[in-house]
Amino acid sequence: MTLLRTQKLSAFYGDFQALFGIDVTVDQGETVAIIGANGAGKTTFLRAVAGALTTPPESVMFDGQAIGHKTPHEIVRLGIAMVPEGRRLFPSLSVEENLLLGTHSERAGPWNLKRIYELFPRLYDLRRLPAPSLSGGQQQMAAVGRALMSNPRLLLCDELSLGLAPVVIRDIYQCLGAIIAEGTTVVLVEQDINRALDASTRFYCFQEGRLALSAPTKNFDRAALTAAYFGL
Amino acid sequence: MEFLNIFIQGSLLGGIYALFAIGLSLSFGIMRLVNIAHGDFIVLSGYVALVVTQSTGLDPFTSLVIVVPVMFVLGYVLQRGLLNQTLSGGLLPPLLVTFGISIIIQNGLLQGFGAYDHRLQEGPIETASLHLPGGIDIGVYPLLVFAVAVFGIASLQLLFYGTRLGRAFRAVSDDANTAELMGIDNRKLYAVALGIAMIFTAIAGVLFGIRTIFDPAAGPIRLILAFEAVIIGGLGSLWGTLIGGMVLGIAQTVGAALDPTWQILAGHLAFLAILILRPNGLFPRTRD
Repeated sequence: MTLLRTQKLSAFYGDFQALFGIDVTVDQGETVAIIGANGAGKTTFLRAVAGALTTPPESVMFDGQAIGHKTPHEIVRLGIAMVPEGRRLFPSLSVEENLLLGTHSERAGPWNLKRIYELFPRLYDLRRLPAPSLSGGQQQMAAVGRALMSNPRLLLCDELSLGLAPVVIRDIYQCLGAIIAEGTTVVLVEQDINRALDASTRFYCFQEGRLALSAPTKNFDRAALTAAYFGL
Repeated sequence: MEFLNIFIQGSLLGGIYALFAIGLSLSFGIMRLVNIAHGDFIVLSGYVALVVTQSTGLDPFTSLVIVVPVMFVLGYVLQRGLLNQTLSGGLLPPLLVTFGISIIIQNGLLQGFGAYDHRLQEGPIETASLHLPGGIDIGVYPLLVFAVAVFGIASLQLLFYGTRLGRAFRAVSDDANTAELMGIDNRKLYAVALGIAMIFTAIAGVLFGIRTIFDPAAGPIRLILAFEAVIIGGLGSLWGTLIGGMVLGIAQTVGAALDPTWQILAGHLAFLAILILRPNGLFPRTRD
């Protein structure tokens, strides 16, 4: 069943066009990676889906419903949560308060504070600390936890590995496995191509705001990906 | 002993300045709204209380039961219907719009009530005083106003750090875009915030109207005092705002003790001194 479909999705920052007619389909329960070089439009795509950029209603369909025109807070309520690039925790809130902020979307589901602390046991010990006092990896866990607290059907992850040590990245991607096992559909945006391909079943490669290639992550043509990535 | 007396009288005077400042501090802290009409809303609250007391025979304190909800609704509707539209374009549009509102309120009041000054009458409590050992007399009314300011700030502190709504306010103040991505309806939250700010504006307007005369043009000086208290205390810090009001009050009382004509000037000089020595105020909290 198709959960998310973008149809000829274009997006603009003022006069600058960042996306040109992107068609992406994500099925329920799937993990899809979006890869591409810097400035390919990956983050713009996630922001457009999450409602942070205004797009025509029909260009983003979620569970059969046109949502391109909706505001971010309406879209979270429908079940799309975002782990933003750079984590974006609220600095004057404690770790636990950051997590609780995810409950403002008022969606019921499997995730609550207890489950988040089971998934990321380190966060339990740190829960009373202000968010900025955490390490990068711990902050990333808190950002993922905050998104999960809204019990999303679709989780958008923007650059989970950004600025983190390889061992920390591995830990976080292991937890992603548990999240996917819960039935959550995931869209991963990554610059770390191998990491993204390992974690996903299909990928889309963007190049300068256009879709350059899409394929399953098993047995795809490496040369074709290289060409799509660099625009050769 | 004279020094102690000045310190106490000045601190109590600071209570009303802190009440002036709370609303301004809230709207700037949460939505970065510099509300130029804040002083006029304080004066407007006084006039609303005047109408209520004259038409129902209630005393000014009791009239708060009506004035506070009226001002809350006014704040909510104003933010929802007008000010929200100005917030995406930087600091200047809300500044200009609230400046316009300030002019509209002043001229509306002039048209409706004339240029005469008015006062709210609360009765014997206005002049009652407590005699402390050492020859210090404390006015019951300034003490009451100060207590209201402390109670008000304590309740806001409780709201901000102990409730779901307060958590949302702090998150939006930190990073409005991310808060929206987490499911918070910023526009509605801002409307509630200006509503809450107006609750304190209403209380300040009525309490000051009992103490001092007001007229349609009295808003801007209230605004300046509120600004000074907020800046002295440090942006975003509520207890700092109380301290800021007290610093202002003490400076004015010291000035008045030296020469009665120096009272207001001394407050402004203290403000300038702090702006030079600690440009971020005494207890800054708000980032960026």
